[in-house]
Amino acid sequence: MQRSRFGQLVSTFASRGPRSDELFDILASSPSEDPDGVTRFARAVEMAVATSEDIVVDDDLQLALFMLYGLAYGGVIETDEDWEWNPALIAARRSIEAAFEHALRTRIVLPTLPQPTGADVAAALFLLAAEDTGPSLSRFIARKATREQAIELVIQRSIYTLKEADTHSWAIPRLAGRSKAALVEIQADEYGGGRPERVHAEIFANTMRALDLNSTYGAYVDLVPAITLASMNMMSMFGMNRRLRGAIVGHLAAFEMTSSIPNRFYGNGFRRLGFGNDVTLYFDEHVEADAVHEQIAARDLAGSLAEDHPGLLGDIFFGAAACLAMDGWLGSHLLGAWESGVSSLLQPIAPAK
Amino acid sequence: MSKKTTTITPYANGPLVVRGDFDIVDSDGHVVPTPRSTVALCRCGISTIKPFCDGTHKAIKFQTDPPLEPVGVEAPRQ
Ligand code: FES
Repeated sequence: MQRSRFGQLVSTFASRGPRSDELFDILASSPSEDPDGVTRFARAVEMAVATSEDIVVDDDLQLALFMLYGLAYGGVIETDEDWEWNPALIAARRSIEAAFEHALRTRIVLPTLPQPTGADVAAALFLLAAEDTGPSLSRFIARKATREQAIELVIQRSIYTLKEADTHSWAIPRLAGRSKAALVEIQADEYGGGRPERVHAEIFANTMRALDLNSTYGAYVDLVPAITLASMNMMSMFGMNRRLRGAIVGHLAAFEMTSSIPNRFYGNGFRRLGFGNDVTLYFDEHVEADAVHEQIAARDLAGSLAEDHPGLLGDIFFGAAACLAMDGWLGSHLLGAWESGVSSLLQPIAPAK
Repeated sequence: MSKKTTTITPYANGPLVVRGDFDIVDSDGHVVPTPRSTVALCRCGISTIKPFCDGTHKAIKFQTDPPLEPVGVEAPRQ
C-alpha cells in the first residue's frame, strides 16, 4: 500500500484532485525548501473552497483537510514534523474549515434549546437522540447484511475508530471543573483505564485483524467516500478549535447516546454471520461502556458545561445535532449503496473467505 | 464531604452509576467482573446484560423524573 511517487513520503493512500495532489508534493519536501510554493498552495485552496460545489462531500478538499489534521495526530502521513505549524498550511486548513463549518451550520437544524441547567440539558440531549430519524444501519447489519457488507462497515469505521476518542481528547485542557472531570472519566475508560490491551482503538484493531483486514491507520483511506472523511474531519475540527469546545462536547454526548443499542445490533449481526468473539468483542464492549458514558456525557459533561457557561448552550446542541446529521448522511450512503446491490466503498474489496 | 469512598448516583430516567472502590457480588457470593472503574447498574429491569445497564431503558421510555418542560430560549451569542 505504500506509495513511492512522492519522494521520501510514506503514505498509505493517494490524492483525489489538484489540491490534495499539491499537498502530497509539499509534504514530500522540507518546510524551508519552497515557502512561496506553500503560499501559492494556500491561495489555490482558498479558490477551490470558493468554487466547491459541496464542501461536505468534496473529495479533494476533504482529503486535504484530513491530511492537514493528520499532521497534528501523527500516523497519517510520515513527513517533516515541522509542517504541523507551518503558517501557510494552517491558513489552508482554516479556509477549508471556515467553509465546512458554514455548510454544517447552514444545513443542520437545531432543536429548541432547553434552559442551561444540567438536568434540562441532559433531558433535551436524550430527547434529540431519541427523536433522530436517521437510517438504521445497525438494524440492517443485525438482520440482513452479507459478510462483505459487514466488513465494509468495519472498513468505513476504521478511519475514526483506529483513533477512537483522540478527536474528543483535544477538549480536555479547554474545559475546567466538573465538565473536565467528566470528560476525563469517559476518556480514561476509552483509553483502557491504564491497560493498553483495553484501549478501545486497540480492541477495534483486533477486530480488524480477526477479519483479515489491515489495522494500520489509513490503510483504507483510498476506499472510503468523501463523507467518511468529512465525518472524521468534523470531529477533528470541533476538537482542535477551542472556540468549538461546546460542539465537541455535544458531539460526544450524541455519539455515546447512539452507541450502546446499535453496538448490540452490530455484535448480533457479526454473530449471525458466524464470526467469533475475537470479532464481536469490540461491539460487545461498547454496549456496556457506552451505557455508562452516555449518562456521564449528558449530565456531567454537557449539562455541567452549559450550567457553567450558558453561552456554549447553542454550540452544545449544534455539535449533538451535527453528530446525528453526519451519522444520517453516512448511513444513507451505506444503505443506499447496499440496497442497490453495490459496494459502499470506492472499490469493492475481495469477497471474504 | 463524606469520607466514604464509593458513590451511587441515580441518573434521571436511567441507571444507577457506581463509582469508587466496590465489588459486585452475585447471589452465590462470586465477584462479578467489572472491567471499568465506573459502572451503570440497570434499574429499569430490562437490560440484556444485567446487572449492568445496556441503554435499553431508552427504548421503553423508562421514567424516573418528570418529562422536560418545553421552554424555548434563544441561545446567547458567545
Ligand atoms: S437502566 Fe439502562 S437498561 Fe435498565
